[in-house]
Amino acid sequence: MPTMLLAAETSAGADAGFPLLTALIALPLLVAVLVALTPSGRTDVAKALGLFGTIATFGLSLRMLAEFETGEAGFQLVSKQPWISDLGISWHVGVDGISLWLVVLTAFLFPLSLLGASEREDVGTFTAWILLLEAAVLGVFLSLDLFLFFVFFEVVLVPMYFLIGLWGHGQRIFAATKFFLYTMSGSALMLVGMLALVFLHREATGVLTFDVTEIAAAQSLATETARWLFLAFGLSFAVKVPLFPLHTWLPDAHTEAPTAGSVILAGVLLKLGTYGFIRFGLYLFPEAADHFGPLMATLAVIGITYGAIVAAMQKDLKRLVAYSSVAHMGFIILGTFAVTTQGVEGGLLQMVNHGVSTGALFLLVGMIYQRRHTRLISELGGLQKAAPVMAAIFTVVMLSSIGLPGLNGFVGEFLVLVGSFEAFRWWTVMAASGVILAAVYLLWAYQRSFHGTPGGDNAEMADLNWREIAVLAPLLGLIVFMGVYPKPVLDRMEPSVDQLVTHVRGHAGTLDELDEAPVASPSTADDSDGAAAEGGNR
Amino acid sequence: MGSLALLLAQSDLPIDPTEVGPPVTPFVGPTIDWASIAPILILVGGALLLLVTAALSPTRSRPGMITLFTVVVAGAALTDSLKLWNDIRDDGARLVLADALSIDGFAVFFTVLICGSIILTSLFADDYLRREDLPPAELNALLLLAGAGGVIMASANDLIVLFLGLEVLSIALYVMAGFHLRREESQEAAIKYFVLGAFSSAFLLYGIALTYGATGTTNLFEIAEFLSANTLASNGLLMAGMALLLVGLGFKVAAAPFHLWTPDVYQGSPSPVTGYMASVAKAAGFAGLLRVFVSAFGIYSLDWTPAIGALATLTLLVGAFLAIVQTDVKRILAYSSIGHAGYVLVGMQAGTDDGISGALLYLFAYAFMVLGSFAVVTLVGRAGDDHHALTDYHGLGRSRPFVAFAFTVFLLAQSGMPLTSGFLAKFSVISAAVEAESYALAVLAMLAAVVAAFLYLRIIVAMYFGGDDAATATAAGGESTPIAFPFGARLGIGVALGITLFVGFLPDALVSFSRDATLLIGLG
Repeated sequence: MPTMLLAAETSAGADAGFPLLTALIALPLLVAVLVALTPSGRTDVAKALGLFGTIATFGLSLRMLAEFETGEAGFQLVSKQPWISDLGISWHVGVDGISLWLVVLTAFLFPLSLLGASEREDVGTFTAWILLLEAAVLGVFLSLDLFLFFVFFEVVLVPMYFLIGLWGHGQRIFAATKFFLYTMSGSALMLVGMLALVFLHREATGVLTFDVTEIAAAQSLATETARWLFLAFGLSFAVKVPLFPLHTWLPDAHTEAPTAGSVILAGVLLKLGTYGFIRFGLYLFPEAADHFGPLMATLAVIGITYGAIVAAMQKDLKRLVAYSSVAHMGFIILGTFAVTTQGVEGGLLQMVNHGVSTGALFLLVGMIYQRRHTRLISELGGLQKAAPVMAAIFTVVMLSSIGLPGLNGFVGEFLVLVGSFEAFRWWTVMAASGVILAAVYLLWAYQRSFHGTPGGDNAEMADLNWREIAVLAPLLGLIVFMGVYPKPVLDRMEPSVDQLVTHVRGHAGTLDELDEAPVASPSTADDSDGAAAEGGNR
Repeated sequence: MGSLALLLAQSDLPIDPTEVGPPVTPFVGPTIDWASIAPILILVGGALLLLVTAALSPTRSRPGMITLFTVVVAGAALTDSLKLWNDIRDDGARLVLADALSIDGFAVFFTVLICGSIILTSLFADDYLRREDLPPAELNALLLLAGAGGVIMASANDLIVLFLGLEVLSIALYVMAGFHLRREESQEAAIKYFVLGAFSSAFLLYGIALTYGATGTTNLFEIAEFLSANTLASNGLLMAGMALLLVGLGFKVAAAPFHLWTPDVYQGSPSPVTGYMASVAKAAGFAGLLRVFVSAFGIYSLDWTPAIGALATLTLLVGAFLAIVQTDVKRILAYSSIGHAGYVLVGMQAGTDDGISGALLYLFAYAFMVLGSFAVVTLVGRAGDDHHALTDYHGLGRSRPFVAFAFTVFLLAQSGMPLTSGFLAKFSVISAAVEAESYALAVLAMLAAVVAAFLYLRIIVAMYFGGDDAATATAAGGESTPIAFPFGARLGIGVALGITLFVGFLPDALVSFSRDATLLIGLG
């Protein structure tokens, strides 16, 4: 108990100002309740409230970005209040370079997905679930307490379940149930692992706490135990990522979900898994993460190639994009478990990139579906003639997803490959070939649906309207900006990533290797240049 | 032991135990601490008053008044037990009625739980009784009596008193199960419950007899004292006694393999009564189980915790897997209630203070989720109480959004979703199991939760996604009028929903309540 009080006091000092991060989680939650309470006839009010809520949350996230100190490695804007004091559980939120951009990405994608949504039925309920989902996802990225993290991690399931089940297509109930049960069985083990961690930590140190920073700093577990616990946590993240062979829920859920649901699923929800691996895999169990690194890298590379090959075989455009996610997430895992500054940074950057480009791809597929009522590639063709603006935007987004230099996807993939090359040489070679496969399936899909002479309904398909262009424009802007000038993003990540890499390598006993490594920590200013040069070689 | 001496000193025994009595002692009745047993007296007094009034009044009384009366009586008992809680916290636990009852935090915890359940059940039964045209006074009186029996079980400090409490509870429940006179299923449920219940009572009694044979007393405190002072050369008699007690009480809490009555009885009983069985009978059964095994046999915990662990494993599996194939919502909830007993056992098998407080917390949280669930079942059951198929729930999300929302919350709580009381409940028993290093059981319990989640999702699917408009029309009886949603049910469901969500968001109060209740077990 005395330690509890002490912790509360010290954090009270840090928490003098406005509890920004708490507000970031509470705002969408409050608006969700308001939206749920609006009478069902007032769709316009619900819509306006929803947009207001998500945009205001984005505003708060920008303020967080402004207040974020670039050179700091530790957690910032921390707020800690006792929640269940008997068990050492507290409301503990904070942000560092690792979670910063994921929070901004989340707050950025939600208003766009609401704007891009074309739901007509039960708009109020739909909006309320979306807002609840936003609160839960932000909670996952911001919480620094194991219990709090688990609460948000699980709560995410409920709104997503209803979004897929109520507003989805075709096999929606099957997809929603599969999604729910898959993810829940993953977290079942995590809960047991989490409790074991907490009690073993208490056995070693005498302090009962769920505080991530405290437990990570103490590193009180025996090597063997830590490895088991890493697996218990890792399984639930692997389902969420999803890592091959636990990915089978993803194509179903992504394909049957409504457009807004797919955007959020791909853009944000998959990152819960990769973020979990960084924050609760590497940070909590550094030695185990290093130990299982080759295993994770193998699964990642299988995911990259398998996802790409299966994506190439798809007849359904949305399913193709869904499988491309499996491949992209493989890159992120590969970079993460290389445990080098470039690898982890590349993984983080790739999380943001994937959110932006795959989110945009899902929006575009949704817009096509809305016009043509089909997602089958064979039914499409020649859309470029009928809808040139859409084709242009689709091209840019697709190229970003392939990893064309000058667009955002390239920077992330390049960093991942550079970072993982020293740790996993042959795996990296395999992964690089995945980039080519990505070009194959995306270009081929583009060719079949946009090129050629349009026939039948395809010839009369309407081009994008202003609302749709307005939804896509910010995404396009980011795709180009982050491709050309990623420095502001990387600068804010670097101190935290460096610290994490040192933490992991220090505990795994491989710190020396890092110092001797030929590739020095890059000055991020050179990144875009170096990236472009390397791109020429490829 | 110091606290025990203190307790003895407080219990103002009429005879000084050190003094060797004369050969013939005149019978001296125990002094009665009226204040300590006031909740029981209020419940019994209310029940008797209700019965007498109903018998004397020439016409059938208005159900609303009777419900109000029951709510007031149970509310009074609840308020009084909260007052007792403060007294106990200040002055410590006390043994009353010649050590037959132990009025401690544990007892008060269950009194609060049981009185709360009586209030809610009475509210839900209000409309049900009008709808089905059943005599209201009798059912409400039985509710109060059964509740009194439960409170007696929770405060019993003597195996005989425990048995008395159990019988008061059970006999009232047998009648309540068969209360719907015109439904054959209800009669069948009552007979099944009675025959199997009587059978299990016999087990319990035999267990009491063997325990008495092994230790020479039926008083829980004296049993504990005897067992700690003496090493039994051969403890077969005691072990057999413990096993039989476990069987008898295991039947009451519907732990597998003593669960066979549960699906039929839950399905056949009037829906509000089923909710009452799942909350009060289960809680009281566990109160007895915990009290006997922790207070009296605490020193033998190495012998009984593995047995409880085995029961927990079996119960979790039965509860999760047999429920999957059901299509009747009442049966689904019956099997799920078996599963929930498994979670409480997971807490109990840890054999630690955290395990017991986890079990208490689980019972508290579960009582309100299950009462709310069966309130919805009562509403959807419609006149005749026989619309319980999954298809009868089609379209509820559209026709009664609030009812469907509340049911969704109750079901998600039962599956252990965070931000509901159900998560906290699962969290506390699992954490106790992990703390006691029963990792395998903890993992099994969590996986059973995933299987169980599938069931709850099936009901949610039926409410929100199921059925086109034609099916909805048939379900509503040929027209699309929504089911009735009377005031009592509104109030009750609102309260149950409030508790479920409040505990989920701000669990601190309930966590401390259950922990204090565990620490304030008078003997242990």
